[in-house]
Amino acid sequence: MNRFLWPLIGFVVLVVLLAVGLGLNPREVPSPLVGKPAPAFSLPQVAAPEQNFAPKDMLGKVWLLNVWATWCVSCREEHPILVELAKNKALPLVGLNYKEVRGDGSLDSDKIAPDAEKKLALERANAWLNEHGNPYVLSALDLDGRVGIDYGVYGVPETYIIDKAGIVRLKHIGPVTPDVYSRKILPLVAELNK
Amino acid sequence: MMRKPFTTEAQRHREQQRERFLASGSLGFMVFLCVLCVSVVNPAFSKEAAPLAQDEATEKRLVAISSELRCLVCQNESLSGSNAELAHDLRREIRTQIAAGRSDAEIRDFMVSRYGDFVLYRPPLKGTTLLLWFGPGLLFVGGLVALIRYLRRRNSAIKDAPLSAQEREELERLLSAKEPKK
Repeated sequence: MNRFLWPLIGFVVLVVLLAVGLGLNPREVPSPLVGKPAPAFSLPQVAAPEQNFAPKDMLGKVWLLNVWATWCVSCREEHPILVELAKNKALPLVGLNYKEVRGDGSLDSDKIAPDAEKKLALERANAWLNEHGNPYVLSALDLDGRVGIDYGVYGVPETYIIDKAGIVRLKHIGPVTPDVYSRKILPLVAELNK
Repeated sequence: MMRKPFTTEAQRHREQQRERFLASGSLGFMVFLCVLCVSVVNPAFSKEAAPLAQDEATEKRLVAISSELRCLVCQNESLSGSNAELAHDLRREIRTQIAAGRSDAEIRDFMVSRYGDFVLYRPPLKGTTLLLWFGPGLLFVGGLVALIRYLRRRNSAIKDAPLSAQEREELERLLSAKEPKK
């Protein structure tokens, strides 16, 4: 009996480890940013490029930062949910338009001059928001993705919840699904707003 | 990003090769033309390689740093080898920081503070990584202990069974008996 017990225990342990390991999503890398202040930046706004937006403008509010781009397919998937979120007025949504022109593989961004790139990015972003609805109180324009690096963006869409003191409380990688919205975002926002 | 024209060692070398190639007869020239046609017609190959940094020392440091870092988009590739968009951006960032005089450790910390320990191919030794670092050693020692215990137990299970006087006699008789003739 004892002869078979230990191999059996070993086998069960292995199966459990593999089941847990294979069930994890390797793309969900824990962000070191959670619990730390949201990195500062100052970027032109998509709707009003002569004005800049900085995260410190949102101090005193619990807010959501959503990284998006018109070329990002998953952003389209989450967009209706963001529109819904905005309608509920649960919290203000700020967009970070990430590498609108350079990130689009169908454009040869090397051949586009910086001025033209900004113009093109603004046109594309605004047109897209007009067509699909704009859930954001405003969007900031991160043309070269430098702010994205500070936020540890490695796959669009990404979503951050930032508290009243400007501390990042949650980072969600990938599209916001109804499940993520109701199970992760809403309870956290309710708690942070207490 | 604007590209400044400059000539690297590799480009000069390539140019020399091309000249030699052109001079090496008409067959070589035909092949060269074919290659040229393919590379002009096929848009998949038309994107140029990203420019190297101006000086070789920077590029060497860039490769040294970035080959120790994981690309988060294609996670089994290093930042130095990956062709992902993000890897390009991060390499550019590392170049900028090298130019700004940051040390290798500072650049690594910069990446870790944004993307976490996951970007490091050599994870740091700390509470949450103890099992990762010493797990294989523990498994090895555990296996060794189990093996030694098993061998000892088996040794003690094998009993020495000397022959009795009668058996010895029988053995002697069998060994000394002449082989029967065929």
